[in-house]
Amino acid sequence: MAEQILLKHKVVSLDGYKASGGWTALEKATRMEPAAIIDEVKKSGLRGRGGAGFPAGLKWSFIPKDSPKERYVVCNADEGEPGTFKDRELIRMNPYLLIEGMAIAGRAIGAKTGYIYVRGEFAREAALLEKCVGEARVAGFLGDKLFGSDFSFDLHVHKGAGAYICGEETALLESIEGRRGQPRLKPPFPAVEGLFACPTVINNVETLAAVPAIIEKGGAWYAAIGAGKSTGTKLFSISGPVKKPGVYEAELGIPFKTFLEEYAGGMAEGKKLKAVITGGSSVPVLTAEEAMAVKLDYESLAAAGTMLGSGGIIVIAEGTCMVDALLVLAKFYHHESCGQCTPCREGSGWIEKALRRFEEGGARHGDADLLLSVAGNMPGRTICTLADALAMPVISFITKFRDEFDAHAAGNTCRMGHK
Amino acid sequence: MKKFKFSPEFNTRVAATVARYPRADAALIPLMQEVQRELGHFPEEAAQALANLLGISYARVKGVLTFYTMFRREPGGRYLLQVCRNLSCHMAGSVKLLEYLKGRLGVEEGGTTHDGLFTLVAVECLGSCGTAPVMMVNDDYHENLTVEKLDKLISDLRAAAKAQK
Repeated sequence: MAEQILLKHKVVSLDGYKASGGWTALEKATRMEPAAIIDEVKKSGLRGRGGAGFPAGLKWSFIPKDSPKERYVVCNADEGEPGTFKDRELIRMNPYLLIEGMAIAGRAIGAKTGYIYVRGEFAREAALLEKCVGEARVAGFLGDKLFGSDFSFDLHVHKGAGAYICGEETALLESIEGRRGQPRLKPPFPAVEGLFACPTVINNVETLAAVPAIIEKGGAWYAAIGAGKSTGTKLFSISGPVKKPGVYEAELGIPFKTFLEEYAGGMAEGKKLKAVITGGSSVPVLTAEEAMAVKLDYESLAAAGTMLGSGGIIVIAEGTCMVDALLVLAKFYHHESCGQCTPCREGSGWIEKALRRFEEGGARHGDADLLLSVAGNMPGRTICTLADALAMPVISFITKFRDEFDAHAAGNTCRMGHK
Repeated sequence: MKKFKFSPEFNTRVAATVARYPRADAALIPLMQEVQRELGHFPEEAAQALANLLGISYARVKGVLTFYTMFRREPGGRYLLQVCRNLSCHMAGSVKLLEYLKGRLGVEEGGTTHDGLFTLVAVECLGSCGTAPVMMVNDDYHENLTVEKLDKLISDLRAAAKAQK
């Protein structure tokens, strides 16, 4: 197996973390100029692991240097993208890595306070983080004047209350502020006006957890791992009918075929690959043939017409009804639409309703085109990208598996025998 | 509307919760969670009381209460059973599990059993797709479920509740 940076150590105690080399990066960071830390992260090529893939160092550099306001570091641990379960695993494996990464980010942007936004259902993980933050505080790794420097930093754990949309960064900020999680119009971007209207950096758990190794070993070291502009390792969560579903850390650029066979153990007994969702349910689906030819990195997946997203890989086997699968996803996005923007609120409802006709009978000739038309009118017309996140599966499922949709409409039934 | 009184325990926690944020009103959601943790649900009367406490409008509290799915506005069962219905769990048979639970417990989705023990709901992705199908019982995940495992789990929970009576 390739280089392990994030899942290298299973760490259950503060002493264990120290023994594994923990806190040395933070100590080093307290002696570095903030600009030098940002440069190192830029050099590493580390990109946002939550889904968007935006370069982390660049994001940090957008924090205004001359702002008199407080600054904040926020960790997005609102893991809820269907097919994604890597952040929970990372928190369980090594919660201190995230804490150290956040403190380094704080040093880099001049923040004294950070918040970890954990989805409400992860009550055990939130409690674990609270325990670890408390221990780090007592041991002097969080708090005032860290390592004898002038840098002070403290963290708070904030639990979500059940809303997928809060994984969207500005909705997450609204939620920390004690409001409904409705995304904000951008600009202003959070780097300028984020949490409590102050400059804010928001990164995914996995992004922040990669920072200590980058500071310790250097950006160039990290950039040498991976493929081209997709540097470093990535946590992939793989689910569906494979022999060994789970979370694996692999170098970016690994062929999907290798990942499926060598990491996930291949397809489960008697199952044949039909389709793959590579980056969480929001990205366009790939056929088996497309998937077996693609490499898992930002550029290769974009060239294949899809995205790396969160690295949440959902494997779909022959015998799975794609209409039924899409209905499950449509129901989800309809339920999770925050309701602010008409194209998303209404469009997601119309799509669910039309798909129900395919599954339950009553689909009309031309309904597949109607779905494509509705989905085609949603992206780019809303405040956030939840509309796009539904449109992409709808368009790709129908385009690539059109015969199944047409057969449902013609026979008024599901040939897989669902209804 | 009945006047709501916060518990002494709640009152002792307010200051520490508010101190985590630069503005008191940001403590709204954690304080609502605290009320729910104590009572099992978030009663309507508590919305006005919390609005008064934080100096914000009732509408804001009500808006938050109705936006987030984890807030329960009605009392529910002692055990909240949340069955994940998203894609990985769906492919792994969550529909069958949900149907089984409805039959065994004699309730529909959203319903609570007569003995007040179980509330059954279907929920969206619980973020545990690698161990699908998954169901939460209160704060705990139960993974790689089968009908047989569920059957035993329900019996165990009933026995545990009986033993505690």
